[in-house]
Amino acid sequence: MADISIDNIPYTVAEGKNLLEVCLSLGIKLPYFCWHPAMGSVGACRQCAVTVFKDVNDTRGRLMMACMEPVRDGLYISVNNASARAFRAQNIEWLMTNHPHDCAICDEGGACHLQDMTVLTGHAYRKYNYPKRTHLNQNLGPLIHHEMNRCIQCYRCVRYYKEYAGGRDLDVFAAHDLVYFGRAHEGNLENEFSGNLTEVCPTGVFTDKTLRQHYTRKWDMTMAPSICPHCSLGCNVIAGERYGSLRQITNRHNPFVNGYFLCDRGRYGYDFSNQPQRIPEPLIDNVVATPEILFNKLSEIVINNKLIGIGSPRASLEANFALRQLVGVENFYQSLSEPETELTKKILAINQSGTIHTPSMADIERTDAVLILGEDPTNSAPRLALSLRQALRNQPLEEAESIRVPSWNDAALREKIQDQSGPLYIAYPRSTKLDDLATHTNHLAPNAIADWAFALAQLLEQPDSPPASLSNQNHADLMAIAQTLKRSKRPLIVSGMSLFNEQILQAAYRIALALNKQDQKTDLALILPESNSTGLALLQAPSIEKAFSRASNESIDGVLVLEQDLYRQFPLEKVDGFLSRIEHLIVIDQIHHGTTSKATIVLPSTTFAESSGTLVNSEGRGQRYYAVFVPGSEAIRPAWSWLNDLRQIKGGLQVEELDQHPDLLSELIELLPEFAGLDRVGPKPGYLIHEQKIPREPHRFSGRTAMSAHLTISEPKPPVDTHSPYGFTMEGYRGLPPAPLAPYYWAPSWNSGQAVNQYQQDFNGELKENFYGFRLFPGPVQTPVSWSAEQPENISNGDIELVPFVHIFGSEWLSSLSPGIASLAPKPYLALSVLEATRYGLEPDIEAKLQIGAKTFTLTVQIHPEMPEGIAGIPYQIMGLTGIEWPSFGKINPETS
Amino acid sequence: MISILRTMALTFLHLFHKKETIQYPEEKVPLRPRWRGRIVLTRDPDMGERCVGCYLCAAACPVDCISLQATEDENGRRYPEFFRINFSRCIFCGYCEEACPTYAIQLIPDFEMAEYNRQNLVYEKEDLLINSEGKYPGYNYYKMAGVAVGVKPKGGGSQENPPVNIHRLLP
Ligand code: SF4
Ligand code: SF4
Ligand code: SF4
Ligand code: SF4
Ligand code: FES
Repeated sequence: MADISIDNIPYTVAEGKNLLEVCLSLGIKLPYFCWHPAMGSVGACRQCAVTVFKDVNDTRGRLMMACMEPVRDGLYISVNNASARAFRAQNIEWLMTNHPHDCAICDEGGACHLQDMTVLTGHAYRKYNYPKRTHLNQNLGPLIHHEMNRCIQCYRCVRYYKEYAGGRDLDVFAAHDLVYFGRAHEGNLENEFSGNLTEVCPTGVFTDKTLRQHYTRKWDMTMAPSICPHCSLGCNVIAGERYGSLRQITNRHNPFVNGYFLCDRGRYGYDFSNQPQRIPEPLIDNVVATPEILFNKLSEIVINNKLIGIGSPRASLEANFALRQLVGVENFYQSLSEPETELTKKILAINQSGTIHTPSMADIERTDAVLILGEDPTNSAPRLALSLRQALRNQPLEEAESIRVPSWNDAALREKIQDQSGPLYIAYPRSTKLDDLATHTNHLAPNAIADWAFALAQLLEQPDSPPASLSNQNHADLMAIAQTLKRSKRPLIVSGMSLFNEQILQAAYRIALALNKQDQKTDLALILPESNSTGLALLQAPSIEKAFSRASNESIDGVLVLEQDLYRQFPLEKVDGFLSRIEHLIVIDQIHHGTTSKATIVLPSTTFAESSGTLVNSEGRGQRYYAVFVPGSEAIRPAWSWLNDLRQIKGGLQVEELDQHPDLLSELIELLPEFAGLDRVGPKPGYLIHEQKIPREPHRFSGRTAMSAHLTISEPKPPVDTHSPYGFTMEGYRGLPPAPLAPYYWAPSWNSGQAVNQYQQDFNGELKENFYGFRLFPGPVQTPVSWSAEQPENISNGDIELVPFVHIFGSEWLSSLSPGIASLAPKPYLALSVLEATRYGLEPDIEAKLQIGAKTFTLTVQIHPEMPEGIAGIPYQIMGLTGIEWPSFGKINPETS
Repeated sequence: MISILRTMALTFLHLFHKKETIQYPEEKVPLRPRWRGRIVLTRDPDMGERCVGCYLCAAACPVDCISLQATEDENGRRYPEFFRINFSRCIFCGYCEEACPTYAIQLIPDFEMAEYNRQNLVYEKEDLLINSEGKYPGYNYYKMAGVAVGVKPKGGGSQENPPVNIHRLLP
């Protein structure tokens, strides 16, 4: 701890930080531009000047940049003395000489760090009466809008894009006061994390292009804390609504999960909820049903029939549990194939076993050597890839410790380590975005990855008896890898199920265990496909294929499908065969798809932004999302609410008697010990601050008495939220809520997202009150993981093994319905090695037929020289390539018979 | 006693003063141009819609009776898709006019807005938009702003240099 004095007030603060960070966390409003809590300081913008005095008697002092000044004991500074203030005001004035007169049409306005800082320093009138420099803009693709005139040359964008996120196509051009931040040539930004530029840039140069379609100021949005529903990492987001539609997703800081950044799938995937394919009304046989008819029909079905339920990995825990309780445990299945169910079971068993640590993303950023087996994190768990990039700096940084530069001094440290990177080993069938950092890459077929990893496991387990079947080269490589992994302080193994190969998983586990023995903490991060895959796996339901075979043996009257399109998961014949044996098909979902078109009853459910619920991410962290708004139509209800009603009706209650606010989570915890503690994911239902709710709307929310005046002149009563800490209006507690509960970031003088700095005592650390989710791993009962004997390979004659390539844009269904994401999704392709292409006589960009089972797809050929022979890659579950069961085999250009 | 007589005398004298009461509506009230009455949306000198959908008036309005949605034309020019004022709530404070950076929203000297049905006090953009520049002629926001949205090219403003050639590295 250091004792310092700021403007003659003594403070005791932690050492090792810079002065700017310290001032901000003390609530002192010190303007800044180029410093960023996750990216450190470079001292480029000169905005954070303070006066540092030698001691109490020094009256002159000297101006220093607070972000470059380490805190040390006895420091005596002034933030508010005349010279520091004048310097900061002058600096802003200069930055503004070329700034356009744009605020009224600038999407940053009202959430603009530059506006905030300008007001803070007191600059109001432009004295510089000469022409402004102007810049041409570039079209940077469907996600980001570029307006270069507004730049203040803080360099945050290129620092973030190139150095933090590893992007290559954004740079700075030209010289002196003409510098230009953009691409060498106009075109889509290639980095998967480009959307963070909109938050990193303190001005309106980079803004959210999807927000432009329905532009709303930050002060006009109704916002609530939410969880990204588009992958298994569960990044924390703020979702904003206006006039009944979802408008924007921004980052919500969770120091254990996503920190300050999101991926583009999560930021831009929200638009699915505004699409015309949304189901607006309940349907019976494709006809809109009134509530009475609907409930009569539903009561008749649930009371008199034997029903089975199909749970979904993208539905909330509450919805899945309500379904399970409605149909009974013995009739509850999950909408995964048999192999997928087995894989998720295995992953769950490993995570619960307590034998190895399951890392959070913050943990991942602390590891120092990485081995990736059979996953392409950039596409299957995007935000994790960004954490991996940071982890790979740890080893070189540690070596840089000798020069005694503090960890926030970004420029100096980058200069020192140059492009050195810690050890990263990747085994995947084709090149991935992380290959540029890899020490060693191995492009192998899935089974070969498993063999290679088993050999590595054996080397680690028994260094003296190396595996026999290795070539010399492979052996030398493996030895080197084993040595490095053993030497590292905290190695990380990343694997998962996206190649549908259980042996890769087993090998990853063995490697992690072997390393864990060496008196070093080892992390094993296993990637799952959907936002609630872990939550569903914890409910331990059999796979839907068990339901398929049950339907062919006994009579089942009805099936309830929860938020899933079976036709996307399984071949047409299989689903048709199953459904033909069933009289009543009830589907609950948000959006129309193949299965809803076959349903006898379709019940519209809410999206993640329209209801509250709990999701469990791949790290086992249960997290709560809160309804941002109540959907316009009363017919759209949370899935758990539909199911819970049906459950009560089945139990004999009349429609009028139904309990609308069940505490499903408490019931779940009571019933299943695996979920113990999950009620700590958020505050208790009656949570109030000073007897007040936290408002979802900022205090400057506008249009309250006009927004619905065209319908009726009297304002409707706002909806009441009885079971969350939030109110639906702008009324309520006006102070800063605890950071994890903040529905948006705002503090006096801080209108932009940078207001997050006012919520934190300690950047990147533990914050004021802990509601950052609750970890369910390791489980209460820790059983060792057992593996069955090796499975036989079932390659049938003439078929080629297919490998699914997951894509950040397109492979996840909900986000793929958002127009911006859809336009970036790949077209169906067939990826082949040179050898395979020659074998089939195929050339790049021509069309080829691929027959899988009874179905033939037409794909464009891509040649990937690095791919091994014997396999063909196709994009996983993109539009036009669905209904394929994995693992899969196919025939390329089959003879038509 | 004296004070009562004095009061009566003064009152009596008023009979011979000029009358303040006018025979409204036959006779019209003279109103100053800055009188704050009915709100209109004006046009710029080129007869384009002045309102750029910045939401500042809505934010400034103390009774929250303005609601709008911004949208863009094919050139990227912002304008309001709808613009609604609920005059049954408006207190004619003029804050919206003060907040408006484009002179689009203006309060004019007209107060004859009475209605039998409250619902008719809800004005949409069609009811608000007039074919005139109103009180502030000559101003076109898009000529001053830095964006190119079909009004002027990048760098085409009077206080702007032509766009930077980013391949030039000379000092
Ligand atoms: S970047 Fe900020 S200050 Fe500049 S025009 Fe946009 S809102 Fe205004
Ligand atoms: S574009 Fe934004 S982030 Fe980049 S230098 Fe300019 S103001 Fe800073
Ligand atoms: S005059 Fe005042 S009350 Fe009326 S719309 Fe304008 S800001 Fe609102
Ligand atoms: S303040 Fe002026 S430009 Fe902005 S929305 Fe209101 S009327 Fe339009
Ligand atoms: S924040 Fe300190 S110089 Fe930019």
